[in-house]
Amino acid sequence: MDVLTDNFSTFGDGFLGTLELTVYASLLALALGFVMASFRVAPVGSFRVFGTVWVAVLRNTPLTLLFFAVLLGLPRFGLVLPFKVFAVLALGCYTSAFVCEALRSGINTVPKGQGEAARSLGMTFGQTLSNVVLPQAFRSVISPVGSTLIALAKNSAIAGAFSVTELLGTYKTLNELGYSIIWTFVWIALGYLIITLAISAVFNILEKRWGVAR
Amino acid sequence: MTTTATATAPVPVPEATALYDIPGPRTRRRHLIYGVLSTALIVALVGWILYLLFDTDQFTATKWTPFEYKGIQELLLRGLGNTLKAFAIAAVLSLALGGLLATGRLSEHRAVRWVATLVVEFFRAMPVLVMIFFVFVALKVQPLPALVAGLTLYNGSVLAEVFRSGVNSVERGQREAAYALGMRKTQVMSYVLVPQAVRAMLPAIISQLVVALKDTSLGYLITYEEFLHAGKLIASNLDYDLPFIPVVMVISPIYIGMCMLLSWFAYWVSKRQRRSPKTEAVDVAPAEPGTLLPGGGPPRAPGP
Repeated sequence: MDVLTDNFSTFGDGFLGTLELTVYASLLALALGFVMASFRVAPVGSFRVFGTVWVAVLRNTPLTLLFFAVLLGLPRFGLVLPFKVFAVLALGCYTSAFVCEALRSGINTVPKGQGEAARSLGMTFGQTLSNVVLPQAFRSVISPVGSTLIALAKNSAIAGAFSVTELLGTYKTLNELGYSIIWTFVWIALGYLIITLAISAVFNILEKRWGVAR
Repeated sequence: MTTTATATAPVPVPEATALYDIPGPRTRRRHLIYGVLSTALIVALVGWILYLLFDTDQFTATKWTPFEYKGIQELLLRGLGNTLKAFAIAAVLSLALGGLLATGRLSEHRAVRWVATLVVEFFRAMPVLVMIFFVFVALKVQPLPALVAGLTLYNGSVLAEVFRSGVNSVERGQREAAYALGMRKTQVMSYVLVPQAVRAMLPAIISQLVVALKDTSLGYLITYEEFLHAGKLIASNLDYDLPFIPVVMVISPIYIGMCMLLSWFAYWVSKRQRRSPKTEAVDVAPAEPGTLLPGGGPPRAPGP
């Protein structure tokens, strides 16, 4: 127990670090994923190719390799940013491929007739999108997007191994101070459980409120 | 420029979708202009990256000579071999653990079911890396067993869910018919349900193995001498002017290629299974990356 109480600030910093990584990377992943999904359903061929390649490559890249390439590779091009920014970039781009696929399958669940009906009523593209297609698609992507974000929170542990302050990395400090390593890991595990359970609770509420009744 | 819109169906002529109508002549012209412009933009982007690579001297002879040496090639091959070794052991063990945990979750004894559920839920909720570090640091185990243990616990738990939902997705009549023939539970499971479930879930199982393959690269973080580790050794060599980018350019295609090959295999299996009369009683799970991310729910066979 005193592992936690003695080192509350270390754990707190780690917890906040993980939280920060998760929030920023999630925002990046959602934005990029949305852009890529719109590329993948676009009527212009080159957009579709770009989106498809983006998803195929990132989905099959080991995240460690991506971190390795981004954190240690980009500085070679003279792009020097704090490691935390690089970590957000790597996590966000990686997860965007999964968000993109979730959104795309959401858009594909909207029947063709919905769009045709909207167009025959004289709605413009913007109106069809915002009043007919997206509201329906949104309902069916809540829970898949939720699981990708939970996964993102868990994947952020890799950042710790690349010397970004986050929860898993705290074990190193405490190990050097000679605290019980088992208990350290118990508290770290609890920290991750809190974050993932919180995300899943939020998405459960969203799902209850807006999800498709199945 | 004809391309495939989705992985499933080639779209030679544009069809109406929920979002876009069939384009008329003027829209087609507009799309052509967009296409040309965006292609030019992408080409420019690639050109800029190439310029950056040349500009920062990534293609100098010193940085690429190491790949000509036998010792370096052997180092890389040994790393690749270690990656594949960890993957093979972890894959076999996770399949075994998955089978065991799925049996537990489908048990008729409440206590067994609870224990199995607890184990599955806990290990699915933990980051794989935390488990690997725990085994490596706290239990002071060698890197390879630590990596394999972490991967096995995580992937085994996810696979257990895959197996379970596969068994549950077999049409009810199959089970009822088997019981009506007087088979016992073990027989119903092993002769009727599991063969059909495994066949139907094969794409999902292979997709999960892709996750295991990708996650072997976590071994790099606990100093297991795998592929990425070999690359790092070469990259930090001053004699070759720190050939970091060349190493990434050599390693990533191999890594990504292996994973893509396995993903493609999963997709091919699922396409083949859908046509097979042997999987009639169950819906084949799509070869999705549903669980590529730890924490994502396991792929479920579409309900009957």
